[in-house]
Amino acid sequence: MIVIFGIFLLTLLVITAIAIVRTDNLFVAVMLMGIASLLIAGNFFLLDAADVALTEAAVGAGISTVLFLSALALTSERERARSSNKILSFTVVTAAAMILIYATFDKPRFGDPEAPAQTHVAPWYLEKTPEYIDIPNVVTAVLGSFRGYDTLGEVFVVLTAGIGVLFLLGSGAPLGSLPQEQVNEGLRHHLIPRVIGRVLIPFILLFGLYVQFHGEYGPGGGFQAGAIIAAGIILFALLEGEQRALSVLPARVLLGLMAFGPLLYGAVGIAGIVLGGNFLDYSVLSSDPVKGQQLGILLIEAGVGITVTGVLLGIFHAFAARGR
Amino acid sequence: MEILGLYNYWVFAVLLMTGFYAVIAKRNLVKKLIGLSLFQAAVFLLYITMGKVDGGTAPIFSGSDTTIFSNPLPQVLILTAIVVGISTTALGLGIIVRLKEEYGTIEEHEIQEIDER
Repeated sequence: MIVIFGIFLLTLLVITAIAIVRTDNLFVAVMLMGIASLLIAGNFFLLDAADVALTEAAVGAGISTVLFLSALALTSERERARSSNKILSFTVVTAAAMILIYATFDKPRFGDPEAPAQTHVAPWYLEKTPEYIDIPNVVTAVLGSFRGYDTLGEVFVVLTAGIGVLFLLGSGAPLGSLPQEQVNEGLRHHLIPRVIGRVLIPFILLFGLYVQFHGEYGPGGGFQAGAIIAAGIILFALLEGEQRALSVLPARVLLGLMAFGPLLYGAVGIAGIVLGGNFLDYSVLSSDPVKGQQLGILLIEAGVGITVTGVLLGIFHAFAARGR
Repeated sequence: MEILGLYNYWVFAVLLMTGFYAVIAKRNLVKKLIGLSLFQAAVFLLYITMGKVDGGTAPIFSGSDTTIFSNPLPQVLILTAIVVGISTTALGLGIIVRLKEEYGTIEEHEIQEIDER
């Protein structure tokens, strides 16, 4: 039954993808991207990846849509030119798809427990997590501790992308200096979105904090929580106007948050060296190695969450400020 | 069921190439970026599909010892990749907005024409 449902979702996904490419209205394409993200998130859930589904739903269907729409507001909503070299492109793409499909016949069957991917390091992670780290969510354990170097690198990539956007678009002019009529009022005069948003936003933020601090026990962690909290605050900015959002979290604070996350993460790593272990070895943070691991993961997840929130909000405000 | 066992991989191939078609055939830069996002999503789907184990569940311990878990490693990789993906997409959109301001268009061939003048 679940297999059939998965196939249904994937078929819908392919149809959506083709519609996205075929439409020449970019607004429609962005909305369909949101639907595609939601379908993918549903699929990830069926494939046992609860953490990934959560991230995809928050990032793909939420933040990505908002960013694309703010970029469309600054550019144009319609594609003007027809495609170039349609036939040649189509031939190349079809040929490549055929080769890829031909290659899949050598792949292990879906869900095969004997597949090479399942027999290499994964059993080790599943076996050793209770012993070394003792938290229920293996994904968080691998992300935070076993592969902490990777995650540190990813956090720096997120920070770098955020800095790049701020360099390109500027972090926004100080709003106080603008004449009143130029200030973006959001949807403040629309009663229904405003009332519903007011009810929803506290719960979105609360859920974000829950996902952040419950990441060791259930699906969650810094990446998901950062995306959810950023989505909540972006909703606030859309409803109440950008200025209100910036008076709650000023641009300077956002810059601080962007930089503070990687600093916290790096500091935890260096604390490991100072206390006599290796870089990002959390075992030495406490007298009990397992408690040390848990403390380390809590801290670096906080660092990840802070960076992701700061960067996503900084990017959003950079686009929104450009529109004035 | 045997033949359906590869369906996820076929969807991956079709999705990947649909995104790639938008990147190479479309001239609108935003559309190219949307295509790139689709391409990315296809890769995510491939990784998560490879981590699935029959009869498995999400890799979160819940008390009983006999549960089969799906592979946590691809999930970790993709989890971080999604957030990095949105950051790089935002960077691309930033570049497009700047191009629009400089050239007044986001169609690739028009930008080339202006450059050649």
